[in-house]
Amino acid sequence: MSASLTTIKIKQLLNGWSLFTVITALIIASPVFIVVAYVFVPSGEVWTHLANTVLPNYISNSVILLIGVGLGTLIVGTGCAWLVTMCEFPGRKIFEWALLLPLAVPAYVIAYTYTGLLDYAGPVQEFLRELFGWRSARDYWFPEIRTLWGATTMFTLVLYPYVYMLSRAAFLEQSICVLEVSRTLGRTPWQSFKDVAFPLARPAIAAGTALALMETLNDFGTVHFFAVDTFTTGIYRTWFGMGEPAAAAQLGACMLIFIVSLIALERYSRGQAAYHHTTVRYRALRKLQINGIKQILCLIACILPVFLGFVLPAGILLNWTFATTEWWMTLQFWEFAFNSFILATVAALLAVVLAVLMAYGARLQPSLFTKIGVRAASIGYAVPGSVLAVGIMLPFAWTDNLIDSWAREYLGFSTGLILSGTIVAVVFAYVVRFLSVSYNAIEAGLGKVTKNMDCAARTLGHGPGETLRKVHLPLIRASMFSAGILVFVDVMKELPATMIMRPFNFTTLAVRTFELASDEQLAEASSAALAIVLVGIIPVIMISRTIAKSRPGHES
Amino acid sequence: MTLHLENVELAFDKLCVLNSINLTVETGEFVCLLGPSGCGKTSTLRVCAGLETPKKGRVIVDDVVMTDGNKVMAPEKRQIGFLFQDFALFPHLNVYHNVAFGLKGWKKADIDDRVFEVLKQVRMDKYAKALPHQLSGGQQQRIALARAMAPKPKIILLDEPFSGLDSGLRAEIRDETLHVLKTSNVAAVMVTHDPEEAMFMADRIVLMKAGNIVQDGTPSELYANPVDHFAASFFGEVNTLKGVIQNNQAKTILGYVPAEGFREGEKVDVLVRPQNIKIQTITDQIKPTEQAHIEAARYLGRESLLHIRLENGSGESTHIHARVEGHRLPEENESIMAVMDYEHALVFRAS
Repeated sequence: MSASLTTIKIKQLLNGWSLFTVITALIIASPVFIVVAYVFVPSGEVWTHLANTVLPNYISNSVILLIGVGLGTLIVGTGCAWLVTMCEFPGRKIFEWALLLPLAVPAYVIAYTYTGLLDYAGPVQEFLRELFGWRSARDYWFPEIRTLWGATTMFTLVLYPYVYMLSRAAFLEQSICVLEVSRTLGRTPWQSFKDVAFPLARPAIAAGTALALMETLNDFGTVHFFAVDTFTTGIYRTWFGMGEPAAAAQLGACMLIFIVSLIALERYSRGQAAYHHTTVRYRALRKLQINGIKQILCLIACILPVFLGFVLPAGILLNWTFATTEWWMTLQFWEFAFNSFILATVAALLAVVLAVLMAYGARLQPSLFTKIGVRAASIGYAVPGSVLAVGIMLPFAWTDNLIDSWAREYLGFSTGLILSGTIVAVVFAYVVRFLSVSYNAIEAGLGKVTKNMDCAARTLGHGPGETLRKVHLPLIRASMFSAGILVFVDVMKELPATMIMRPFNFTTLAVRTFELASDEQLAEASSAALAIVLVGIIPVIMISRTIAKSRPGHES
Repeated sequence: MTLHLENVELAFDKLCVLNSINLTVETGEFVCLLGPSGCGKTSTLRVCAGLETPKKGRVIVDDVVMTDGNKVMAPEKRQIGFLFQDFALFPHLNVYHNVAFGLKGWKKADIDDRVFEVLKQVRMDKYAKALPHQLSGGQQQRIALARAMAPKPKIILLDEPFSGLDSGLRAEIRDETLHVLKTSNVAAVMVTHDPEEAMFMADRIVLMKAGNIVQDGTPSELYANPVDHFAASFFGEVNTLKGVIQNNQAKTILGYVPAEGFREGEKVDVLVRPQNIKIQTITDQIKPTEQAHIEAARYLGRESLLHIRLENGSGESTHIHARVEGHRLPEENESIMAVMDYEHALVFRAS
């Protein structure tokens, strides 16, 4: 009998699940702590110099970028999600998944593509010059793509799917009853959206927007290429150009203030709103029948993001790729592709498994400990890849040296590098960086499983582990899948951390794209870029299918 | 088989939710925990199931300690069935697998037998393949009951199991549930805030308020001999008359009521239910001391409800309700005489 009793105190402090959550969280968060610790390393005049010269510029550029991208992705993402979930118009089924396509295009890729298309030497301006007989740039005005506004547009075009995906999932999961209630209480469809569907989906929308903005802050390729000075480029320049890791880390710490406010904003907008659906009954959504001019407006609203965010840039890349056939036929290209794929798969699997275990641990034991742990583990996403790399490289190198000298002394041989400069370090960096992506999705999924489900399973004789396996995992399958794909795509696109941490002679497609584009070999970069985009497409379609199926009450 | 709670205390953070609860439930007994929302009745249930861990006190099932303030047995090891307010059916499992969920480690053939046995009991054996969302609320409730009963628990706990159902269906499902539980001979504890439901279902009612047990007894005891004003008013409407003790009697606007054990001159509340107030037509022989007027009269079918305004000589007025048989209604503003049935009047210290 005593074997089946657990001491309450032990249970509260040392429950296996919460212990796992807290320890994993500490490991995941350690690189960030190391970076933050650099704030206390004196960097002297370098910092004063930075603060007096470039810092205000970094701040204003970053703020404008965030506001622009935030509004852009919110409007495009939520608007399109609502249209395809609630309205019936020709091609709606195609747009359901097509709207996710830009997710496959990394911001730096779309930036290179539009630069190639729209700059002075590009086909558009050439065509206009020919058409109107202009001779030089002085003869006409044309929007300059390599600006802050250009960057905002680029980010919006490829990042809105984060908002679209999460808000659409939220709309699909809403019970039609609440919307019908709203209609019977005298709200028009538009007012129902504004007053019922939007507030109910707010946690998901906020999460999507926060993801998009963090991606924006992390970006290096685009702003570097557009010469828009933000914190990321500043950190990079300070670190590699000026050789001042401490000052770079301090810039990173400044950036963390932005991130912390973003996270706070997202948390605040979730608020107490762990909305459980009040009805257990679901019916197929009945779409609004719209006609005439409204249908055309719907179509345009859905075509534009897909065309500008995917079809056009992918078309250009395809065109360039065929113009430069030789390179993608080489074995080297396929080696890079394989490297990218393996890294992304391993990182995605790890990120999902860890996120499920941590989120479930936090759910079982919602103590202050686990809450802090989980928050700490998710700040990796906010820290730019380049800064994160230092936070990982420093302790890894230190550990390697320690092991190596120990082995030499006692075993008589050198172990070399075990952690730093190996795949292990790169994968760890990805997990640190993207765990919060998978965690957010998993946590949102778990939030939809009512607490009474847990209790029901427990009173029916199933322990916490079995309950997870038999109740939660089947119910959050869609969320797990979305989480895995998000991480996969992110890793495929990830640039700065990979650049710094990759083992010697280990190149991925993203790194290759950056190297070529930086040399202004835009066309040559196209095949690697296109490959990244193509690999991203398949999972994008899969996400869409899973989301549509996962609506409760639809047999899969 | 007994469920036994000893001095159970529960707190969320620093908020005290249960304050020394003592309760015993025997095999085959149906006990209702009754009280207003936030009184701790659901928390009591969750403590029994192991879903909450009490700060102090013991929970014992048939001499086996479930928790004693230091150690706690996990809910999955307790073999206590729980029926949730929202049913909490697993949406990804069909009816069969929902019901079979708790039959862990059973042989396949035994699972089959048991699932269909309980499904037959709740008359849902034709729905084994259905998914929860394809069922109506009443059907979902039956499946939830079947699922909780399937592992043959020694004790079954029901948390407002009928509150999600509409009233016509509720009576029917309530009746069925009672029969299923009574024939299964389990100890059942049900939480409800509806006194009528409690009286319908329960062998014993435990009335709770603010984390304490107010009264524990049979429905008729609670109804006829409530321990305080709260207990009396919880089981139906009462008229409260102000009174003062004079010679072991409470003097009220409707006359004297016997009242032992109070100090002379103490202020008391005299509680009388509307059906214990009768009216008489005023004749020359009967001259009442108080003035009673009919403010409104409504015919309700079996009885009629009268709104009566009482006035004493000094201008104080009291509004009371009377339920009377018959359908001959007095006129509005008609002067009548109201008479209280002293036998059924309750006297409590003024609150």
